[in-house]
Amino acid sequence: MATRQTRTLARTMMAPAVIVLLIWMAVPLAMTIWFSFQNYSLINPMMTGFAGWGNYEYVIGDPSFTQALVNTLLLVGGVLLITVIGGTFLALLLDQPIWGQGVLRILVISPFFVMPPVAALIWKNGFMHPGYGMLGHLFKALGLEPVDWFAQYPLFSVIVIVAWQWLPFATLILLTALQSLSEEQREAAEMDGANAVNRFRYIILPHMARAITIVILIQTIFLLGIFAEIRVTTGGGPGYASTNIAFLVFRTGILSNDIGAGSAGGVVAVIIANIVAIFLMRAVGKNLDA
Amino acid sequence: MARNASVQTKVGFTVLAWTVALLLFSPILWTIVTAFKTEAEAIATPPTFLPLTFTLDNFGDVQDRSDYIKHAWNSILVSVGSTLLGLVIAIPAAWSMAFAPTKRTKDILMWMLSTKMMPAVGVLIPIYLIFRDLRLLDTVHGLTIIMTLINLPIIIWMLYTYFKEIPVDILEAARMDGAELWNEIVHVLVPMAIPGIASTLLLNVILAWNEAFWTITLTSGRAGTLTAFISSFSSPQGLFLAKLSAASLLAIAPILLLGWFSQKQLVRGLTFGAVK
Repeated sequence: MATRQTRTLARTMMAPAVIVLLIWMAVPLAMTIWFSFQNYSLINPMMTGFAGWGNYEYVIGDPSFTQALVNTLLLVGGVLLITVIGGTFLALLLDQPIWGQGVLRILVISPFFVMPPVAALIWKNGFMHPGYGMLGHLFKALGLEPVDWFAQYPLFSVIVIVAWQWLPFATLILLTALQSLSEEQREAAEMDGANAVNRFRYIILPHMARAITIVILIQTIFLLGIFAEIRVTTGGGPGYASTNIAFLVFRTGILSNDIGAGSAGGVVAVIIANIVAIFLMRAVGKNLDA
Repeated sequence: MARNASVQTKVGFTVLAWTVALLLFSPILWTIVTAFKTEAEAIATPPTFLPLTFTLDNFGDVQDRSDYIKHAWNSILVSVGSTLLGLVIAIPAAWSMAFAPTKRTKDILMWMLSTKMMPAVGVLIPIYLIFRDLRLLDTVHGLTIIMTLINLPIIIWMLYTYFKEIPVDILEAARMDGAELWNEIVHVLVPMAIPGIASTLLLNVILAWNEAFWTITLTSGRAGTLTAFISSFSSPQGLFLAKLSAASLLAIAPILLLGWFSQKQLVRGLTFGAVK
């Protein structure tokens, strides 16, 4: 069907999507790069002119940047670890013959549909509040001192909330992958006398490898940009203890009105995301072709 | 694994699975029951599980304090509007990628996926300034445009994977019969792809409904969606846990219900068709 006419048509049909995405990618990004080399503050109109690498030196040289970078890696890594391991466990569990599988699936998937600010607020107030949160009550019942989670373990608390939101996603995808494993294969392994551990190690895990890669890829895209959970719980604090790169840019650019420095932070965030993306695309590409 | 499991193992697994599932669900369950308690009971020690005094006052208070209905309406406009707009742009694009692929189709698809990897903060400041200058800040249509652009790659990818499964012969037969391209898409392709288009629609409404970066940074009072509405409860005054729970429940209930219905399609959509 590859006549010249259809080919021209195909290009025309694709054009709107390609053009809007191209503009959406190129224009703001070019502006961010431009601003990042300017002295530009919304509160101080006297600050103008070319800044050279000044904004970058200011942003990267500040201790808050190193901390935000470390926090970003801990946040992404921590959540991935919890969701992939927990998701594998849950998927295996839900794949067993159990009563009420349909309802269970619904219960397990639900946190994924909870919008980030709600997830953060119900954990912050209903669960982690030292005075009247569920965990506070539990600690008191056990005779322990209630923990003020967001003051004492701010980043850990954010990780818990985000992991709670993404565990259902990992579970659902791994479960779908698991259920596509053919019955014959499992039974054959069972008849050959493979025990549960070996069946998991040599049959189930390799089968799920692709799904696990995809879970990691997609979650990383979203986890690098975690914002609302931090905004409504700790506000990035105390100090910079729970500020990630995304929140640091927001803090510098929008809250402190320093467009130049905020943009420099934004460019750095894009570079980090690209480094991660290249690795992930390569890993996924390998897995997808196989 | 063991399909011919004994009743004992089945009971064991059932108990374990229900325990884990209820633990995971407990924050939502707790929010639901707390929403119907009085403020005093919500923070009482020891806590009650089911409300002793069942009240609906919290919902009225939330409406009076923060105008839930206006925010919910904005959420509906933005999520449905952006998804429909996205479908209009994406259907022709997905058609040409699925039925008239070229050497570069795969590259274009990967490039579109890669636009999703650009962190929003990387473009926040220019978008904020452009919106300020064009007076799009805090408007529903401004937010709808952004949401369309964010979700467009996902919409195209999902449609592409669904279209790929439609036998090309049927479209060609229609073409032989002299159907114009427009008719081919509207009268042959779209009806056959309705299930795929419907799940694309559903998933993207859910994603747009829960999007909380642009909605919070680009809106304040007027065009605020439910994510902005709920964020206004982050600095509470006085007794508020029951009201917060009521507000939370109102914000998530519609999408929770939609999500339960669409969980099967979700896997495929969220993995860009890589896991089915």
